[in-house]
Amino acid sequence: MRHFIDRRQNPKGKSLGNRQRFLRRARHHIKDMVDKSVQEKSIKDGGSVPTGERITIPTKGIGEPRFVHSNQGGFRERIFPGNKEFVVGDSFPRPKSGAGEGGRKASDSGEGEDGFTFSLTREEYLHILFDGLELPDMIKKNTFETETKATRRAGLTTAGSPNNLNLVRTMRNSLGRRIALRRPSTDELATLAADIEALEEEGAPTARDKKRLEELRTAFAALERKRKIVGYIDPLDLRFDTHVPVMTRNSKAVVFCLMDVSGSMQEREKDLARRFFLLLNLFLERAYDQSDVVFIRHTHHAQEVDEETFFYARETGGTIVSTALLEMQKIIEDRYPTDEWNIYAAQASDGENFGKDSLKCEELLNDVILPICQYFAYVEIMPTGTRDAMNDTDTGGDLWDSYVNVNAIWPSFEMLRVSEPAHIYPMFRRLFSIKGAEK
Amino acid sequence: MTAKIATQPLFDTSDWTFELMNTVHDAIEEIALGDLGLDVYPNQIEIISAEQMLDAYSCAGLPLMYQHWSFGKHFVRDETHYRKGHMGLAYEIVINSNPCISYNMEENTMAMQTLVMAHAAFGHNHFFKNNYLFRDWTDADGVQDYLSFAKNFISDCEERYGVDEVEQVIDAAHALRDQGVFRYGRPPKPTRQEIEAIRLQREGYVRERKLLDIWTDARLGEGKEPATAEDLALNNRLAAMNLPQENILYFLEKHSPVLAPWQSEILRIVRYMAQYLYPQKQTKVMNEGCATFTHYYIINQLYEKGLITQGAYMEMFHSHTNVILQPEFDDPRFSGLNPYALGFAMMMDIKRICEHPTDEDREWFPNFAGDPDWRSVLKDAWANYRDESFILQFLSPHLIRQFKLFVIADDAKQPNLEVSHIHNRRGYREIRRVLARSYDLAYLEPDIQVRDADLKGDRELQLLHTISNGIDLVDDSRTEVLKHVRKLWGYDVSLKGVDRVSGAELYARTTKKPKVFEG
Repeated sequence: MRHFIDRRQNPKGKSLGNRQRFLRRARHHIKDMVDKSVQEKSIKDGGSVPTGERITIPTKGIGEPRFVHSNQGGFRERIFPGNKEFVVGDSFPRPKSGAGEGGRKASDSGEGEDGFTFSLTREEYLHILFDGLELPDMIKKNTFETETKATRRAGLTTAGSPNNLNLVRTMRNSLGRRIALRRPSTDELATLAADIEALEEEGAPTARDKKRLEELRTAFAALERKRKIVGYIDPLDLRFDTHVPVMTRNSKAVVFCLMDVSGSMQEREKDLARRFFLLLNLFLERAYDQSDVVFIRHTHHAQEVDEETFFYARETGGTIVSTALLEMQKIIEDRYPTDEWNIYAAQASDGENFGKDSLKCEELLNDVILPICQYFAYVEIMPTGTRDAMNDTDTGGDLWDSYVNVNAIWPSFEMLRVSEPAHIYPMFRRLFSIKGAEK
Repeated sequence: MTAKIATQPLFDTSDWTFELMNTVHDAIEEIALGDLGLDVYPNQIEIISAEQMLDAYSCAGLPLMYQHWSFGKHFVRDETHYRKGHMGLAYEIVINSNPCISYNMEENTMAMQTLVMAHAAFGHNHFFKNNYLFRDWTDADGVQDYLSFAKNFISDCEERYGVDEVEQVIDAAHALRDQGVFRYGRPPKPTRQEIEAIRLQREGYVRERKLLDIWTDARLGEGKEPATAEDLALNNRLAAMNLPQENILYFLEKHSPVLAPWQSEILRIVRYMAQYLYPQKQTKVMNEGCATFTHYYIINQLYEKGLITQGAYMEMFHSHTNVILQPEFDDPRFSGLNPYALGFAMMMDIKRICEHPTDEDREWFPNFAGDPDWRSVLKDAWANYRDESFILQFLSPHLIRQFKLFVIADDAKQPNLEVSHIHNRRGYREIRRVLARSYDLAYLEPDIQVRDADLKGDRELQLLHTISNGIDLVDDSRTEVLKHVRKLWGYDVSLKGVDRVSGAELYARTTKKPKVFEG
């Protein structure tokens, strides 16, 4: 009359569908909050967002309205336990509204008016963060995509190699066939055998016993014969997993982060650059199976460094931007064959460059880098409070002027200026918004 | 405690196993059925993890539920609270179905599993099977099938008509959930043809719709005779649509001019769920009281028989006392009357009145004071009352004194609150009345009915809110709900608030845009 059922092993996430529907519903609010969080927070260490993200969204829009009684006005009688000294007729001023009579009337969201707090997973966070963005779809991208072979499961067949035998399906077929064809079970045989043995051991068999023994032996033989005919596993039962080869797009990307680390780049400038690189990396991580990051810093000479050194070590010297581009070219030739890798580059600088070097950069970009690059973004970090210069994109230092020329030729080249952390994310969105590649 | 019979305790570890639970279940069953004489559905006890408990929380504790964002919202909210440690999880959830499903948390110790089984698998289970509200209004045999039908139906609709379309209908229907129950009309048991019609409809969604309408309409449409000739047209119309109608979802399902059959079916699902859960809302005190009394009695019996160790007994008693804690009104922990505390105290009080009645009890409860068979008195109460009538019938002056209950009158017209009744001879009846009323859903939930809708005229849906004691609705949500009603009805909707006593119109809202006259 009772069952105990262990449900603990049941698949988790029964409410996943509900969660997705909720996120979809509150998407608008969540997006605002995610945008805000990425703008305000200093994104620290490890080059990624933490495993989850707590956000608070306004309850408006995710409310579930009902007809509910107001808790003010009218006449009501409330009952309480624990009377101490009250007698009938005692009166006292009404407590301030909001203190409530023990707070029985919670709002329908259960969260009060101002906010609804919950956690997003990393995937959800990134999904929302980069929602509506896509990689600029450039013509040459196709030429860089190679196809590789992989295999995919493709159902069952009746023939195959033993290592692909699907045991579950095979045994299921076998069981069904054995039941249908009434294959004698070992139990039946064992019972018969036991009976036979018992009769055989009997000291003085009567005629009836002998006859019975004979019958049993015949039955036993028949059963055995039947067991031989109806095999335990028949070739008919066999099922094999099959795999078919499929062509998959090779999606590997490498991001080159180029940064000027000369004396003019202070903490603030570096932080801005870092934010941009980080966003770019997160974004590409989502789009590619495998993404590499290469950090190149430069003063008057360039070198490849690790992330830590890139962002935190100090270096002094002049500024020759082209060294970084040359270093990048060298690394691509050494390690990243262009037919396998999608190459992205982001360069951050305060716009200062040595003498005629800007022209050299222009040449390098036009002739060497951009033809093999999917995308090249240049971020110029402006001093704070230079709103005018930000809006005027035509004039700037030597480097900016040269890059403006490059920009005119290459659709895969983008340049922009930022002066505050809050600019980074909108800029980033502008660069990669779905029609971002159009000029 | 009476002298113990020397028996081996059933368990002396804190870890539970399925074998132990089985043994303990037998021991509990023996007391529950043999001693208390409970009558229960077969038990199906499922062990679940904390995460699954959270899942169950978000769907009103039901094992299967259609998908909707609001459940996701509750889930993320509960999950956040739980992870932060603001909220503990229940030890169990029990579902009114046959077999009676109870979910027990895997974290429970063996002692807690024992307590939980006594509480849910026997206490609640007996209540579900015997209380008249559950017997008459819910279909314990069919609920699982229905839930699975509802879930599949709604996911089919999502595939066929799009998630957004379905979501809109469910949103609107959920807004009217509280107005989606029949409070007074008792649904008859459907005949075999009708069950067949329901089944066909569930399969074909549309076919056989007529037959169902005949069934549901016929039982609700026991019409009034038209009073005068001039009212005849109006009365015919009202009679044809069973107006006035308290079940707004039912009305929309049957009469909305714009709903497609699948949309009506969604309303029916939401309405059915609301109706299924409605008895639980009406019997919080009794249901918990019954279950708490049952587990209390059973663990004491187990202990007396020597079937549980002193340690396990203390552990169970510890959580029993936590559950029935009733903080006083000036205690920071106070958040209203605790249904467990009140329910349990009332059950124990009934037992006391049967066993050791005082003169006062004999005066107040002449029909059962001193009755030697307290089990029958309790079982009769559990079977035939709901919270409101139960309190009105069984709350004793003794208990009012024990709880030191008092009533504060809060009249918005007066500057001060006033203590109107306390636990003295003059106050007993009034306190009992006020307490009973505070569990009467007819007063707790706004009384809103469909008054009229002229399908041949302007098709405006007229709703009537009967206001008791001048208690208005929250305006924001009222406006929002009206928008939802408009979506379901397809034409304008108006809501009028009328005082119950004087009949004066207190407010009027409509979804109509103000008309602009152009010269």
